[in-house]
Amino acid sequence: MYKIDTQVIAKKIKQIIDKISCEVEPSCALALKNAYEIEQNTTAKFALKVMNDNIEIAIAEHRPVCQDTGMAVIFLEIGKEVILTGKLLQDAIDDAVEEAYVTLRKSVLDPVTRINTKTNTPSVVHTSFVEGRDVKVQVMLKGFGSENMSKVYLLNPAQGLEEAKRLIVETAKVAGSNPCPPVILGVGLGGTLEKAALMSKHALFRKIGSANPIHRLDELEKELLGKINELGIGAQGFGGKTSALGVFIESYPTHISSLPVAINVLCHCSRSGEFVIEGAKEGSYVGD
Amino acid sequence: MSVIKLSLPLTKEAMKDLNVGDMVRLDGDMLVFRDAGHKRLYQSILDGKQAFDFVGETIYFMGPCPARNGEVLGSAGPTTSCRMDKYTPYMLDHGLAAQIGKGKRDDASIEAFKRNGCVYFAAIGGAGAIYSKCIQKAEVLYFNDLGTEAVRRITVKDFPVVVAIDSKGNSIY
Repeated sequence: MYKIDTQVIAKKIKQIIDKISCEVEPSCALALKNAYEIEQNTTAKFALKVMNDNIEIAIAEHRPVCQDTGMAVIFLEIGKEVILTGKLLQDAIDDAVEEAYVTLRKSVLDPVTRINTKTNTPSVVHTSFVEGRDVKVQVMLKGFGSENMSKVYLLNPAQGLEEAKRLIVETAKVAGSNPCPPVILGVGLGGTLEKAALMSKHALFRKIGSANPIHRLDELEKELLGKINELGIGAQGFGGKTSALGVFIESYPTHISSLPVAINVLCHCSRSGEFVIEGAKEGSYVGD
Repeated sequence: MSVIKLSLPLTKEAMKDLNVGDMVRLDGDMLVFRDAGHKRLYQSILDGKQAFDFVGETIYFMGPCPARNGEVLGSAGPTTSCRMDKYTPYMLDHGLAAQIGKGKRDDASIEAFKRNGCVYFAAIGGAGAIYSKCIQKAEVLYFNDLGTEAVRRITVKDFPVVVAIDSKGNSIY
């Protein structure tokens, strides 16, 4: 077993938030450059030019790329040979988030009183347990212009995959100009209500252009991306060729009575990153 | 791409000449506030004690990041406008000149822009760093306790927007 102090994880989370708040995820930034090159709609091309210039300025001058620096969403895959020591994981992460957000926008508040916590905490932390002695950490700063456009449906089996596909395209259509398109869609198919939602969020960590290792899902992703781009929403909803940069699907077995579908919408400013804490290097061996 | 230069405050005359899809760069002063600021202003009006005046103003729906590296204001891109639709017809009917935000508006708002000969501009969502650089002056005027959602006045230069709803009621979306 390897002991890893939660402070070690927290310190790296702070560093990565500093970085990704100012840097659009590279595969997304590249896809936006390509979108600019192929765009023929004048207004959409103007928007893409401003968006691409903004991404470059944000990196060069280390300014937040978007003022909505989001809620911090963190997924941790914890190796089963790891013992976490020190502060409670959520508390250690929230300390790091609070520190990182001193120069970022504090957008988190109590849902009933609407009083701001002034620290951008709490963050949203998801943990799972895997083989090994390492901890993999994925961090996303999720803006809510896009989060607000997200949906969960619990379809019945008679409606089936065809209805799920229709609703995924419909979600992009209804969202239209609101979530700062071109968008990225994360889709959770199957499981339960919360499992579908969780998968739809996790799917958003995929790199633009990456293939789904499950062939059937890969085909489905390509079909849906094609259909969404045919909607003609375009950059900022001004029309044009590129309405979405990617559709990423995760699936899980579900109940005979249902087909849960969650669609999580992400804006063109994808801000995410990941790192691995190696137990053998950054932890201490404490025997089996 | 031809870009129109306009100075704030906007006159009805100037707005009459703008058409959907026009690319514009704005100079001058605007008010900045979003959800919580609108809610509180609207409540103050309902209570018969209007918190502040907005006649002739242009409102930018935005909540900034804190300033850093010698900035006047931190990142400062638009937020989604449809959440302010509830207040828009009243404000346009009572002298507001224009709004700046992002995304489509409801029918009642579009009708109010048309009825009053006003304009809705779309700023480029997500372009927070660029808009920050356009801001030359910023001060909190009201509702300081709302933090990023406080009411501010900012002075901008070369602020890029697109006419999304024109005074004839045409919408780009």
